[in-house]
Amino acid sequence: MKPAPFAYHRPRSLAEALDMLADLGEEAKVLAGGQSLVPLMSMRLASPAHLVDLNQVPGLATVDVGAEGVRVGALARHSQVEHDTASYDALPLLRQALRQVAHPTIRNRGTTVGSLVHGDPAAEMPAVLMLLDGSVTLNDVNGTRDVAATAFFKGPMETDLRPGELAVGASFRRPPPGSGSAFVEVSRRHGDYAMCGVGALVTASEGALSAARVCLVGVGTRPVLLDLAPALGDGVVDDEASAALVDAAIDPETDIHATADYRRHLAHVLVRRALAEARTAAEARAA
Amino acid sequence: MRETVRVSLTVNGSPRDLDVEPRRLLSDALRHDLRLTGTHVGCEHGVCGACTVLVDGTPMRSCLLFAVSLDGASVTTVEGCRAPDGGLGPVQQAFHECHALQCGFCTPGFVTTVTAYLAEHADPSAADAREAIAGNLCRCTGYQNIVAAVQRAAELSQGRPSGAADPASGASQ
Ligand SMILES: Cc1cc2nc3c(=O)[nH]c(=O)nc-3n(C[C@H](O)[C@H](O)[C@H](O)COP(=O)(O)OP(=O)(O)OC[C@H]3O[C@@H](n4cnc5c(N)ncnc54)[C@H](O)[C@@H]3O)c2cc1C
Repeated sequence: MKPAPFAYHRPRSLAEALDMLADLGEEAKVLAGGQSLVPLMSMRLASPAHLVDLNQVPGLATVDVGAEGVRVGALARHSQVEHDTASYDALPLLRQALRQVAHPTIRNRGTTVGSLVHGDPAAEMPAVLMLLDGSVTLNDVNGTRDVAATAFFKGPMETDLRPGELAVGASFRRPPPGSGSAFVEVSRRHGDYAMCGVGALVTASEGALSAARVCLVGVGTRPVLLDLAPALGDGVVDDEASAALVDAAIDPETDIHATADYRRHLAHVLVRRALAEARTAAEARAA
Repeated sequence: MRETVRVSLTVNGSPRDLDVEPRRLLSDALRHDLRLTGTHVGCEHGVCGACTVLVDGTPMRSCLLFAVSLDGASVTTVEGCRAPDGGLGPVQQAFHECHALQCGFCTPGFVTTVTAYLAEHADPSAADAREAIAGNLCRCTGYQNIVAAVQRAAELSQGRPSGAADPASGASQ
């Protein structure tokens, strides 16, 4: 349970970090909060030759709320985002989901952007980025590119990040007025990764839903984003139609935590629960 | 001899310079290099909470931090949770009074976590206390007495008399 030796690099600026990553290429990994990387290294599931430590790079621990939405910098810890009042007012889904990411002690160090780049298919924040039409900003020595959430998550622990690139931040967009959100999940123990989790975002006006989307985690190789528009009739989600859409979209697997059947069962229950909570939230925000 | 890196930490109020291999976990740096064996190492992957210390006042898993990454940081271990006169600190005293430990292996992680929690929550309910310790595992006590100790520690920290935090009443909830 000890990491293999590695060479340590401590850049003091973003430019220096990008130079190091360009020089080291595939040999290097970025160290952000380390709350996923250090356990992987201790278990020898990862043994990078070089670590580029972001923790002393100034200017990255940012949470900015604007007209477009919320922008989170690479060193914003989960807890910083969770407790940011302006972000909560703009996008309650951030806090709703973050409260279910691990334990407070892990959230004190782990970063939201790190969890996006890590790309665990059971993680909450990738689903939030998908629901809020977000994107990740990737920089390297040659420039910068924005990758939409739908293109960023490729498979289990696999994202569009290329060697030499640093994720400098992520943007979560404001949904239309009249929206409400919720994030619900079931896990074996408090703070564990979910066996299944569902985020929901609905738009309501005068009690009728005009849009409903869900994103499911733990039931596929990446977060499963699902537009329930085809199941929307008369301003409500038709449970049977929505269940059929969910069934067709997910592909849960059996592991030591849960069987595929149980995960499928959870997906159905949690979609209904998340939609009901999101609708209540939309009505409360309208009132 | 493998390459080492210099890190400067403040540990329980004293400046400490260390030359460590980059892969040195903070938990091992504290225990082996600084001989502060109060910090216990359980699962070594962030789940059990036994190794929790305070970094700049905030609870973190010392097994999930590289010591090199903490240059300039201030670290408080269970040894630093004592009273200024060297006796038991309020959280330690409460654990003693409420019988909130049996084997004691997990206790250092609880003491640090609860110390930080009480700095921001002066009067936790039993439910709050339970939430505050949810990231720490104990295999002996069944948690009831730990919940009571969190409330008792809140009283002791503020010089309040013993009231809500009766272990017997905690156990019946
Ligand atoms: C006990 C425990 C329970 C947990 N439970 C959950 C849970 O329920 N849900 C959940 O979502 N997460 C959970 N986590 C993981 C936690 O959320 C991590 O904080 C997060 O996954 C990774 O963030 P980090 O900053 O710690 O990244 P690190 O561990 O530092 O890095 C993770 C990976 O991303 C790369 N990386 C990180 N930041 C960047 C960047 N800016 N640019 C390029 N590459 C980067 C690293 O190179 C590495 O490959 C848990 C962790 C523990 C220890």
